[in-house]
Amino acid sequence: MNRNRPANGQSSPFILAELMAWIRALGPYRWASVRLRGWGMTGRAAVTGVPYLWLLLFFLVPFLIVLKISISDIRLGMPPYEPLLTWLSAQVLGIKVNFANYAFLWEDALYRNAYLNSLLTAGVSTVLCLLIGYPMAYGIARSRPSWRNLLLLLVMLPFWTSFLLRVYAWIGILKNNGLINNLLLSMGVIDEPIVMLQTDFAVYLGIVYSYLPFMVLPLYTAVEKLDLSLLEAAADLGCRPVRAFFRITVPLTMTGIVAGCMLVFIPAVGEFVIPALLGGPDSLMIGRVLWEEFFNNRAWPVASAVAIAMLLLLVLPIIILQRVQGREMGAHR
Amino acid sequence: MASARPEQRSEPWKDPGATPYVRLEKVTKKFGDFVAVDDVTLNIYRGEIFCLLGGSGCGKTTLLRMMAGFETPTSGSIWIDGTDVTAMPPYERPVNMMFQSYALFPHMTVEQNVAFGLRQDKLPKREITERVTEMLKLVRMSQFAGRKPHQLSGGQRQRVALARSLVKRPKLLLLDEPLAALDKKLREHTQFELINIQETLGVTFVVVTHDQEEAMTLASRIGVMNHGEIVQVGTPTDIYEYPSSRFVADFIGSVNMFEGHLIEDEPDYVRVESAELGGVFHVGHGVSAAPNATVWVALRPEKIHISRERPEGDGDNRVAGVVAEIAYLGDQSIYLVRLAGGRLVRVTQPNIVRQGGGGRISWEEPVWLSWDSSSPVVVTQ
Repeated sequence: MNRNRPANGQSSPFILAELMAWIRALGPYRWASVRLRGWGMTGRAAVTGVPYLWLLLFFLVPFLIVLKISISDIRLGMPPYEPLLTWLSAQVLGIKVNFANYAFLWEDALYRNAYLNSLLTAGVSTVLCLLIGYPMAYGIARSRPSWRNLLLLLVMLPFWTSFLLRVYAWIGILKNNGLINNLLLSMGVIDEPIVMLQTDFAVYLGIVYSYLPFMVLPLYTAVEKLDLSLLEAAADLGCRPVRAFFRITVPLTMTGIVAGCMLVFIPAVGEFVIPALLGGPDSLMIGRVLWEEFFNNRAWPVASAVAIAMLLLLVLPIIILQRVQGREMGAHR
Repeated sequence: MASARPEQRSEPWKDPGATPYVRLEKVTKKFGDFVAVDDVTLNIYRGEIFCLLGGSGCGKTTLLRMMAGFETPTSGSIWIDGTDVTAMPPYERPVNMMFQSYALFPHMTVEQNVAFGLRQDKLPKREITERVTEMLKLVRMSQFAGRKPHQLSGGQRQRVALARSLVKRPKLLLLDEPLAALDKKLREHTQFELINIQETLGVTFVVVTHDQEEAMTLASRIGVMNHGEIVQVGTPTDIYEYPSSRFVADFIGSVNMFEGHLIEDEPDYVRVESAELGGVFHVGHGVSAAPNATVWVALRPEKIHISRERPEGDGDNRVAGVVAEIAYLGDQSIYLVRLAGGRLVRVTQPNIVRQGGGGRISWEEPVWLSWDSSSPVVVTQ
């Protein structure tokens, strides 16, 4: 730190250093720092501890609350579920656990179909994103260095507008008297408007459009790191370009592919806004079911069970993908 | 510095009827306005180890990459074994290359790396296994077949890269700075190994290097490059003993260069008077230059004799001076001798007699330098 200090502009860091030295010399400071160190609280522990504290407070605790609600019974009132713990008498604390919500999820075809449909929609969207995103990432990574930052900026540019606003904009484009239909009608290509809004097509379009940058960015990083001489070596050994792509480029960019697919697939499974705004009544996704259970039916326990089940459904692929990624990392250094 | 070749081999480049294996015809490569390779015409014969030698940015790697097919010449043509390959993509050329970075596939084992080229030819599995095993044995990497490249040392990677580029039995192997990543001991060892492999397999090698010692050891012939042009092609001996220009003389080894002018021009000898030397060179070979033209005389440091006594005979090929600097290198000593005009002359002498006793030449001592008339070389450019 000291070595990097510029020789002329040394006044302010110098004063800061003086101040720090003075604070360090103080009794209470020394006492506190020795105590903290005794408990294992060093500066390093504090720096890594803060994010953990954040995750604990805002992810783990809410998760436990949702878990608690999911195993309680529904009731009319506020809150709309039975408490988990009740005093049966002055000394006896009763725990009432209700797994009926989960059994209900399993028995009712609606939920199963919604889960399957969510996985299918997310899966198809992920594949579409990969098919569109890979050539984009490849093109950007192989473009002239002076162009690269501009092209990357263009990929990220949509984030500057609200996500909700962009999805609404698609309604204006896709609806029966929207941009596309009006254009095609006026050109005489079609006689009556094509129904695009409130179809599965619109949902796929919305998801692919919204999540494409999450696919492109990790892919770009992976492709950009690829040593071009490896492709030359493959060509030199008699490998045609298409084959070299599948034998060399794809395996060596697998980390980017896995990361991109995770970033698209996982949020797409729980996606609510896009199917709600662009999808039809029959495009049933689990995010929408969740919303309806919570706000329309006020069935908090069932809704919580839906949320927990979705989490479990997603944890498994995440673990598998991380395994793959860990192995890939090990293979490259 | 002498060639490592044990005996005199055939010299196809001296035979006007011989057909070259690789022929470059007026090859030029431009990157924008920059001319990387400038009108190069070159013949390389079967079984040669041809070294392209030059400093960085002289175009040697670009020339090699054009032979491999990674770059297309702006103009000119490249012929390999009688076929025009100028527009042929690299994956169709009967050529393999060993990359400077080795370019081993990091996600494949040593065995898979070596087998890669054979797999592209859809050879039967058994043959692939046999040839890979044989090749790994040749480069002594059999016990590492299952390792990934990142688990190997630099020297081991180099051997895998060599095996991978040789396993397809190419008739022409291109090597881009093959030994640059190795330390000095390993490099010397590998140089001889390369020559052995080349002789065993009968492959034609084209080697790019910036290391003149490497070129001298490996090459049957050397092409010295400068600013995209080939300035001289010849055997290591030709290049060292008969440089054709000041650049070549200066680039290969160290040399004392004296400016002078011709005062006597006979078919079998010339005399050059040099103000820098403060004397006259008697050079035992003819020169094609105008009388009184400015020429340069190149004199290698090891060809100068240093003594306290004035040499016998007439007044040419000798000069008096004072020892200004001595460097003792163990096997030899370097003397820097200041002439009357102030010019420093570099002289190297092998330390035949054990040093440390008295009687050796020391600092500030007046000495005489002399050389044989066969030693200096006159260059006109």
